[in-house]
Amino acid sequence: MCAVLSVATTLAIVVSLLGPTLSFFREVGLFEFFTGKVWAPLFAQARFGVLPLISATVLITGIALAVCIPVGLLSAVFLSEYSRPRVRAFLKPGLELLAGIPTVVYGFFALTFVSPLLAKLWLFGEPPGIFNAASAGIVMGIMIVPTVASLSEDAMAAVPQALRNGAYALGSSRLQVSTRVVIPAALSGIVAAVVLGISRAVGETMIVLIAAGGTPNLSFNPADAMQTMTAFIAAAGIGDQPIGSVGYQTIFAVGSTLFVGTLLVNLISIRLVRKYREVYE
Amino acid sequence: MTPPDASPGDLSSLQRRRSVATTIREAGFKSAMLGSLLLAATALVALMVQVFVTGSPRLNGDLLNRFPSSLPSRAGARSAIFGTIWVIGTVAFTCVPVGLGAAIYLEEYAAKDRWYNRLIEVNIQNLAAVPSIVYGILGLAFLVRGPLKLGQTVLAGALTLSLLVLPIVIIASREAIRAVPGSIRLASLALGATQWQTISRQVLPSAVPGIATGTILALSRAIGEAAPLLLLGALTFITFVPEGLASPFTVLPIQIFNWISRPQDEFRVLAAAAIVVLMVILLAMNGLAIWLRNRFQRKW
Amino acid sequence: MVSPMKESTTTVKPSAQSRTAERSPADAGPAEAKSQRPLQIEVVAPSSRHPADSREKVFELRDVAVRYGGVAAVDGISFDIFRNRITALIGPSGCGKSTLLRCLNRMNDLVPGASVEGKVLYRGKDLYAPEVDAVEVRKHIGMVFQKPNPFPKSIFDNVAFGPRVLGMKGNLDEVVERSLKRSALWDEVKDRLKAPAFGLSGGQQQRLCIARAVALEPDVILMDEPCSALDPISTMRIEELMGELKKDFSIVIVTHNMQQAARAADMTAFLTVDIGQGDSRTGRLVEYDDSSVIFTTPKDNRTESYITGRYG
Repeated sequence: MCAVLSVATTLAIVVSLLGPTLSFFREVGLFEFFTGKVWAPLFAQARFGVLPLISATVLITGIALAVCIPVGLLSAVFLSEYSRPRVRAFLKPGLELLAGIPTVVYGFFALTFVSPLLAKLWLFGEPPGIFNAASAGIVMGIMIVPTVASLSEDAMAAVPQALRNGAYALGSSRLQVSTRVVIPAALSGIVAAVVLGISRAVGETMIVLIAAGGTPNLSFNPADAMQTMTAFIAAAGIGDQPIGSVGYQTIFAVGSTLFVGTLLVNLISIRLVRKYREVYE
Repeated sequence: MTPPDASPGDLSSLQRRRSVATTIREAGFKSAMLGSLLLAATALVALMVQVFVTGSPRLNGDLLNRFPSSLPSRAGARSAIFGTIWVIGTVAFTCVPVGLGAAIYLEEYAAKDRWYNRLIEVNIQNLAAVPSIVYGILGLAFLVRGPLKLGQTVLAGALTLSLLVLPIVIIASREAIRAVPGSIRLASLALGATQWQTISRQVLPSAVPGIATGTILALSRAIGEAAPLLLLGALTFITFVPEGLASPFTVLPIQIFNWISRPQDEFRVLAAAAIVVLMVILLAMNGLAIWLRNRFQRKW
Repeated sequence: MVSPMKESTTTVKPSAQSRTAERSPADAGPAEAKSQRPLQIEVVAPSSRHPADSREKVFELRDVAVRYGGVAAVDGISFDIFRNRITALIGPSGCGKSTLLRCLNRMNDLVPGASVEGKVLYRGKDLYAPEVDAVEVRKHIGMVFQKPNPFPKSIFDNVAFGPRVLGMKGNLDEVVERSLKRSALWDEVKDRLKAPAFGLSGGQQQRLCIARAVALEPDVILMDEPCSALDPISTMRIEELMGELKKDFSIVIVTHNMQQAARAADMTAFLTVDIGQGDSRTGRLVEYDDSSVIFTTPKDNRTESYITGRYG
């Protein structure tokens, strides 16, 4: 019966989201929700286009990926192919340390350290203000590095040594073995790791709430402040919305969008992991 | 087309003869790898240093003894610290039995080919990937306002967090139980013990270190969570220690968030100090988990 | 006791005294054991069989030992390997044949804790000299492994891997076709070069691995029990293949199948396991000669015991 609880939880999430979501969409058309470009649900003249929230989520996730994929992959290659066991025993827990830091702390770091730094180093266009997408994205990327690195390294370690030996016997250098044999062989696992990183980035709340600001803004300029889906939900939830009000329902509408999005991403990653396990019967 | 180097008589080709391009490529790759690691390490160090330096002026007893106030010089985190203790304690009580029960069921009793069991497994994996704030929405809808009407209380917050970390406990416990070799189970059953006796007397005791480690990791995740609790009303101005499960509350991460959102610089210092406290607690918990794992890990 | 190799020696010099010494290495005191090296026969062959000059040396091993963490897996190995011949290393399990083979293309470098002593001369040059690059060595001396290990890529990409690593771009079709023809696989796969290599049978995969090695046009091909994971028909095909390949390459093969060595190899080296102090196992060379000699009139008792199946 305990296990059934987990099923119950999923059902509960779906159900709890569904009710208010449906009534929300009854009042505000689906069309406007998904195509409208202005998100101002709590204003007197409420507008309900969710695109600004989605674009913010996408942009910040993109920045995070631009940081965490190279750093994560290169770290994984180093750990798996180049480092000695003693070094690895020291580095892997270090990466885990990064993973254990609470997101609110990362938010603090983004706001008080990265933002001013970026303002000083910004090279093109207007320097970003205190709240901007770039510092949130960069710090989020750093937060996700352990996830990507650890899972990629597992995937690479699973590549049989016989393949590496075959490549070495053909006169390959370590670099060539790593890039031409190991990474392609571990590719499904690596992609699964990245997809998991995406799902974490999309669902992350505190960093963006603190560092990216609370103004919905349909923009792809990383120097701008903007509000993601998660940040909106948090902001709306902090203020007490009367039950049943449209404001209250927006929480659920955006929440549903978020839930469905991450569910899809997660299902893709599970399929990929299964596929990479099949390659080595 | 003969490959350029392979002329058997040309022995000089055995010597180091990398073209410039290759050398640059190799050096570039190596520096990229080390650079990545360095970046991650630097970020970690910068974060810790910055937090510590910023927060050190206020790292004193006031933090523990005073309650939040709109005057930074008089503010402390007493309510948040005790709130955290209350909430995490309750989480431990609720999610460990449930998680363990689920793990035992899945590993020992469930037939792996039944569709409903596989559904449960997939389900748990999905739940582990759901954004934390969605759990907050769930808590809001069901526990605070909805059917259970618990209000903005410690119990509501703890239950929500329990649901959040339940997958972690289940997965870790399953691994621990799975690691106990089947031969031990068989031996116990062959001596006439029932399945439950086998589990309670043989399997579980051997799996305790793994289960404990998993629990500690789950709890340390729960301590750092802020997003779901935002939706549950933990961000209100709480100036008292929780009086019971039905009491309003706040937790350390939320208090940190609160202080970060204030404009005055003094509050930044307070936030950093509170972060140091939080990180120390986390470090201690993770250290405990690692120690447990190393000390009691049995190699079968 | 151990006669130094001379370039054009044509005499067989078994060391009679060392034969008796070998019988009880454990009895001899440490000083004596050291001076009484276990039996080694430095063989070239009687002049009646092989005119001295016709046999160019590819490898010369002198006192080669390989240690894993201090314990010698093989010790005191000295013999020559000749060009365009198939040389077989046989012996019971654990006598270090594969370890010895790996010395020849510096694959032992990849094994942590392994150290190689003695001299391995490849065409007169010290393979382990500090200025020698192991990666370059392996482009001249290829290896085929016991269990076929094609890459999870297409058949074409497997064979083309070596040339691509060398930096060859452009049209590799010719190279791939030629290599597959030389390893007797072309006809079976010519219509499906882009198909994944994993779809081939075990014997085909092994021939693919041979094609892969051949594509680099190496000087020597080392084979570590290439047929032990294969069925008899595939084994036979690969043995035929080896006969063809030796026209262009020198082949050194490790095999635990004596009949294979007798059938296919020109020269055979027999190694045995020495159980030393503390239960350590060290491989040593017992006899090295033309296969016809080893398998019909072996000079050492141990060789004879092994061949007739009395032990091993």
